[in-house]
Amino acid sequence: MFHWLEKHPFFFAVGVFIVIAFAGLVEILPSFAQASRPVIGTAPYSTLELAGRHVYIKNSCNACHSQLVRPFKSETDRYGHYSLSGEYAYDRPFLWGSKRTGPDLMRVGNYRTTDWHENHMMDPASVVPGSVMPAYRWMFTNKADIDTAFAEQLTVAEYFQVPYNQPVPMKDGSSVVVKMGSSVAEANAIALEEAKAIAADMRDQDVKDAVERGEIPEIVALIAYLNSLK
Amino acid sequence: MENRPLEYDYTVAKMFMLTTIILGIVGMLIGVILAFQLAYPGLNLMLGEGLAEYTNFSRLRPLHTDAVIFGFTLSGVFATWYYVGQRVLKVSMAESRLLMVLGKLHFWLYIVVVAAAVVSLFAGVTSSKEYAEFEWPIDIGVVVVWVIFGMSMFGLIGIRREKSLYISVWYFIATFLGIAMLYLFNNMAIPTILGTAADGTSGIGAWYHSVSMYAGTNDALVQWWYGHNAVAFGFTVPIVGMIYYFLPKESGQAIYSYKLSLLSFWGLMFVYLWAGGHHLLYSTVPDWMQTMASIFSVILILPSWGSAINMLLTMKGEWQQVAASPLIKFMVLASTFYMFSTLEGPIQAIKSVNAIAHFTDWIVGHVHDGVLGWVGFMIMAALYHMAPRVFKREIYSKSLMTAQFWIQTLGVVLYFTSMWIAGITQGMMWRAHDEFGNLAYSFIDTVTVLHPYYTIRGIGGLLYLVGFLMFAYNIYKTMSARPVEERELQNASPMGA
Repeated sequence: MFHWLEKHPFFFAVGVFIVIAFAGLVEILPSFAQASRPVIGTAPYSTLELAGRHVYIKNSCNACHSQLVRPFKSETDRYGHYSLSGEYAYDRPFLWGSKRTGPDLMRVGNYRTTDWHENHMMDPASVVPGSVMPAYRWMFTNKADIDTAFAEQLTVAEYFQVPYNQPVPMKDGSSVVVKMGSSVAEANAIALEEAKAIAADMRDQDVKDAVERGEIPEIVALIAYLNSLK
Repeated sequence: MENRPLEYDYTVAKMFMLTTIILGIVGMLIGVILAFQLAYPGLNLMLGEGLAEYTNFSRLRPLHTDAVIFGFTLSGVFATWYYVGQRVLKVSMAESRLLMVLGKLHFWLYIVVVAAAVVSLFAGVTSSKEYAEFEWPIDIGVVVVWVIFGMSMFGLIGIRREKSLYISVWYFIATFLGIAMLYLFNNMAIPTILGTAADGTSGIGAWYHSVSMYAGTNDALVQWWYGHNAVAFGFTVPIVGMIYYFLPKESGQAIYSYKLSLLSFWGLMFVYLWAGGHHLLYSTVPDWMQTMASIFSVILILPSWGSAINMLLTMKGEWQQVAASPLIKFMVLASTFYMFSTLEGPIQAIKSVNAIAHFTDWIVGHVHDGVLGWVGFMIMAALYHMAPRVFKREIYSKSLMTAQFWIQTLGVVLYFTSMWIAGITQGMMWRAHDEFGNLAYSFIDTVTVLHPYYTIRGIGGLLYLVGFLMFAYNIYKTMSARPVEERELQNASPMGA
């Protein structure tokens, strides 16, 4: 059989393809049949948080930080409850990372604050002596791309039924509604509202002034995203 | 006419040899910069505060991985295909005008995609998925290049004189199919310009942005099915194809066992794809998949070692060549590193080992003993073997080659030993508890302790880069300085002093 295949490239290629596709069929398809559903307490990202997530991705934060707490005592002691599949239901793409040059950020919103992040992104060693993380000062001047975040909200709402403008159940029995604008202008207004709340806790006068003028620096969006990781 | 050998056309092979060397230098240089940035964070500002955004570790990191994978390695794969393909199929590309056009088109479109990829990664336009960072416009370019590569490859196979496909061709076919399948499925995404607001506006935001078709755990599963097997079909399969051609050719020895090559080829094809889940042990992926991934990773030792042992036994009775020829040295060491790396990988895929190794520098070390020791050495050996035949000149300097071999070997050894120590140290410190059951170390303790190992790793990488520059110089001088050979030698490559 093998000798015959080696003389017939077409059938050889078909044979190879069947053999390599087999594992994917067995491993990946069953998982898709039962796509993970959000756990109670997991809400979609707001416009500003999503813009912050884009800043996180743009700067490859995931190259050094994981977002996956493994079920070991040493990890739950350090980072909090181990990760559940449903907590990632709105993560497109997933940001688990593959390397912890820095600590896990899955639940960083539980134990770091806006002003901590502000200082840390400006000068990491000022809050963590010995840190090898570079500073991200350009985030204080670059503007966050709210339009693209809004476009992504629209896309996931339309194609993946992500529940924007609908009540989402929380752990304490209440529910929250994550707002998505009906127009670009409204989306920007919603994001700016959130940004003002973040900027109020920040020290940097240029950032405060920018938000006052209606602009949203990347750092504000990033902090909104990091604070949402719980 | 009857006895005259075929004249092969190496135009396209030469073009890809050039990009192998240039993109190799770029990828490795960025790698060395990254290594030293971790040891000396001040280097993140090496071009000043104004350019910090572009010289920063996190912006450069995907450029390093992609330059080495899709630049250096893929160029090497293409260069060797356009050399080996013609020779084992006994047909010249010049016999078909269409194939020549496809080959050149393949090269120039590849250059366009590489340029677009570099610009987009510097700008921070990335999907975040490792080795699949490109956004959809570039993905489409990648698919076009790949389809042209396939047409060019199957076109040459279609007009072959030698009816039986040599082992190397099996591996090149598998490379084409494997990458095509993986890349397509992993990069499925919806461009966000398709989103329509309630007021009817669409086309909002950045036109190149897209959102993954898969969410969370599923996304991770597809990504690592891709990520692991992009390594399989980019860093293993075509490189095995290369060594099956170049080692017998250079040594003048026949392949030790045809049956072993059959077993290892079909075994590798079947087993490799299952192992991707070992990147997701202890994650939220279903448990049975993690276990399957772990088991198949261990089984993977069989086909991997099958090829490597087949290569080493091919040298049976001719081991004096290892001492005499630096080119044989490169290939024997490459297959040894292949064995080493394919043993280390399965060990890391065992769940209890993975609990310590995952997320640490040990994984980085594993990747690099594979890529530097196996992929890099094999591609350089292939180009060294090709150069005298493509440029019709003997290799410029044998002693430079030998010096390069030892410098790079030292570099690889420094690299993986320092990363072993760093990884295991960090893995153990993360999980250490004191007598009261509290964590013994804060996270930053586990970072500062790595400084010496990061420095040693940087030096190892620098040595490898220096060796690669010696390789580039040697090839350049071969092209320009040596006398022309009248007749191609059967096996051992002609070398200068």
